[in-house]
Amino acid sequence: MSSSSLTVKKLAKNYGQFVALAQTDLTVADGEFLTLLGPSGSGKTTLLSLVAGLTHPDGGEVSIGDNDVTYLAPHHRDIGVVFQNYALFPHMTILENIAFPLKMRKVSATEARERAMAALDMIKLPHIAQRYPKELSGGQQQRVALARCMVYRPSIILMDEPLGALDKKLREHMQLEIKRIHRELGTTIIYVTHDQEEAMTMSDRICLMNAGKIEQLGTPDDLYFRPRTLFVADFLGESNLLPAQIVASQDGVLDVLVGSRGIKASATPNGENLPGAHIHIMVRPQNMLIAKATAGDVRHLQASVSDVMVTGSLTKIYMNTEEEGIPALVSAFPTRVNGESFQRGDKVSLSWHASDAVAITEQPKAAFP
Amino acid sequence: MSLFTSRAASAPMPAWAKNSLMIAPLLVLLAVFLAYPVGRLLSLSILGPEGFSLDAYRHLFASSLYLNVLWITFKISLATTVLSVVLGYPVAYLISTAPAKLKSRLVFLVLLSFWTSFLVRAFAWVVILGRNGVANNFLMSLGLIDRPINLLYGTGATLTGMVHAMLPLAVMTMLAVMENIDRSLPRAASTLGARPGTAFWTIYFPLSMPGVAAATIMVFVTAIGFFIVPALLGGRKETMITQLIIDQVQQTLNWELAGSISVLLLVVVLVVFVIYDRIFGFATLTGEDPSAQARRDTLARRAGSAVLAGIGAVSDWLIARLSFKRRRKSAEGTPLVLSVFVWTVLVLISLPALLMIPISFSSAGLQWPPSGMTLQWYEQMLNTPVWTQALVRSLTVATGAGILSMLIGVPAAFLLARGRIRGKAILLAFLLSPIIAPRVIIALGLFYMFAELKLVGTSIGLIIGHTVVCVPYVVMTMIAVLRNYDQRLDLAAQSLGASPLRTLRHVTFPLLGAGMFSAFLFAFATSFDELTIALFSSGGLNATLPKQFWDEVTLQVSPVIAAVSTCLLIFITLLIFGADRLRQRSLAR
Repeated sequence: MSSSSLTVKKLAKNYGQFVALAQTDLTVADGEFLTLLGPSGSGKTTLLSLVAGLTHPDGGEVSIGDNDVTYLAPHHRDIGVVFQNYALFPHMTILENIAFPLKMRKVSATEARERAMAALDMIKLPHIAQRYPKELSGGQQQRVALARCMVYRPSIILMDEPLGALDKKLREHMQLEIKRIHRELGTTIIYVTHDQEEAMTMSDRICLMNAGKIEQLGTPDDLYFRPRTLFVADFLGESNLLPAQIVASQDGVLDVLVGSRGIKASATPNGENLPGAHIHIMVRPQNMLIAKATAGDVRHLQASVSDVMVTGSLTKIYMNTEEEGIPALVSAFPTRVNGESFQRGDKVSLSWHASDAVAITEQPKAAFP
Repeated sequence: MSLFTSRAASAPMPAWAKNSLMIAPLLVLLAVFLAYPVGRLLSLSILGPEGFSLDAYRHLFASSLYLNVLWITFKISLATTVLSVVLGYPVAYLISTAPAKLKSRLVFLVLLSFWTSFLVRAFAWVVILGRNGVANNFLMSLGLIDRPINLLYGTGATLTGMVHAMLPLAVMTMLAVMENIDRSLPRAASTLGARPGTAFWTIYFPLSMPGVAAATIMVFVTAIGFFIVPALLGGRKETMITQLIIDQVQQTLNWELAGSISVLLLVVVLVVFVIYDRIFGFATLTGEDPSAQARRDTLARRAGSAVLAGIGAVSDWLIARLSFKRRRKSAEGTPLVLSVFVWTVLVLISLPALLMIPISFSSAGLQWPPSGMTLQWYEQMLNTPVWTQALVRSLTVATGAGILSMLIGVPAAFLLARGRIRGKAILLAFLLSPIIAPRVIIALGLFYMFAELKLVGTSIGLIIGHTVVCVPYVVMTMIAVLRNYDQRLDLAAQSLGASPLRTLRHVTFPLLGAGMFSAFLFAFATSFDELTIALFSSGGLNATLPKQFWDEVTLQVSPVIAAVSTCLLIFITLLIFGADRLRQRSLAR
């Protein structure tokens, strides 16, 4: 196994009664960009702290490469952490900050200086070497924190919501910057965020967490188009979740009856789908096809428009059905200058391609809205 | 912002007029009752009966007596400062890293001794170190000595008393800075490869330096003007300069000489402050962010960080040697040695005053161990009208001084915290001068002035005098409170139609209530415990409680004083407890 891979086995952490992290297994490959995604309190920061050695687990194992580092102090782990608030040392210049980890590794002063300057070049800020952290903007501090972490080539870099404090534009710029550096250095990166868009754009794989557990682990595509649970479907982007029952399954297509009236439709299987089972089918807004209703149409799902929003590139139509158990629905399509227009109160009928409707076997929890 | 604060219809008061109105009472108070009387006192040193004369200074430098005392004072103060800061640092560190619940308990312990009167604590040591006291008793039971030895009236007793008096101040001052050190910085250092010792010495310690510096200067300045401990616990070799000044006035009525010694004392304090300002900057004392000022890459700074890196490496080596057993849980929890040390210090801080409780009920008087149970000392206390009169007077004066300080200090604090005014640093320095200037100089100046105004022995005189020394605490507390107050709430209230006054009444004051009350308590407690001004200005018959305490304790050491101490202790405990409750309630909102 390569020295920059990470293996987590049965790792768990409780704070009193509160389960911060239930027994968790996770493997991150060498050079992979893995994102821990989830709402606050889902355990992603706990997992990160356990890997960094800033907290000790109640049980389980953490290995970096082939070494068990579960109880090893952080300074022996050869990891890098980019903290949420950057944690730049306020009493040191930028150059001293970046040279600090090298100094700790007994690199000679001249070499440390050269490498720190090279790191500053990499983040394109060579002119700020003699300044103090207070004198920098948020984006600059962020980049310095990155440089300080990259300069000693740690085997794994952990980032705890590193872009949380930046505004949208700067955040998008820094996302590209981090991707570029990741490509250039090939370091394994574990990245914590609660921003699903950020997770989608940056990661090789996403580990979506909820209530101290891994909800689903997979590529952004997996999570977006083949969610295993309602939580995943709901957390990543907008979705329409329709209760349905499976009638038959053949040739990779499920025949289902949607809603209380049992409207015939088809969907794509996802996991184990047995005939007769009550499931949900998920249709993303951009795949929800919308048309003005025609009188007497009983083959399609009927709804009435409650809101129309033009968000720029997309037009979103929000709708309600008269059926029980079906929540508010949304359909989105590219905004056109002279496209078909919908008004509040319009009756519409809805449809979708079988390949765009994904079956989700999990039943809603009581608390699920 | 101006959209909300000014109304176009009625001509608003110009900003300068409003600002002056807010700060004028404070400036007048300090000019009339601080600058003028202190100036008068100092000028006495060069004004003999026949006009200008340097006789006093000739006398001062004629013998080595006064310079000797000054030198002793300097040495004792320095030793006190070093010991208090060194002992206090781990305590403050542990408190700052403790979880919330433990933290509030530890802070309570420190605050309890902080607010327990210097007099009570010094008296406790007189009892503990006495011939039949706890210390002798303990040493004899260990078999180290066969008969009581003389522990009192020496350098050891003086230093013990001084450090005990100053330690809570040192801890609280350092704690204020340590609380604001970002906890993630030492963690970041350890993820970057720094071992624990290095992380502490190269990251945490330099960041806590402003606290150490502030504690050093606060303790030193307080110690150099101190007279209670050396007078009660010291011998002739531990006479400090303040005692000399008091003697000159009380016994020989030599105002010229008192004035010249005061000049000497003031010069020493000012020199210390100038040095402090050069190294750390005055702003660190008022809680301004020290890192806001540009740092210079000086040789001294480099040498400093090299030394710290060295200390860090050595301590890492030591830690590695000592903690071979603690592999599994090394990153979490406080080292046992540190906890034991801190708890020992905290117990030693609190114990002396608490020992007064059993002693006050003991029929054996001040002897240790206490025996029998009696209320006679309390009866004696209550049967002597001087004590009850002194209590009433102290409560009156402290309430008066507290209210007056609030009336004068709060508007000034609003201006200093929010207004953009020129010369803020100079204003702050002037404002802090009653705390920094040796108290005895203020007390003598006021006494001289009050004697002319026939205010000696009146409550009004004492209230004014105490307000001078209380108002800086009110302003500093309120500035800190206002810094944490979200001013947008005021703007929101005004945008919803509230006039500035109604905003103040319905939004600002209710939210600041707890902070304002604690500012008041700070002033109240300072006045309640004030001895120096009362020593001179309360006259012979109308003593405040500390003055009465002092008169008794210098006359004879009696168990009645233990009873009084116990009452004071309970009073202070209730006060802090109440303030703490209030603070937590306001935090819960």
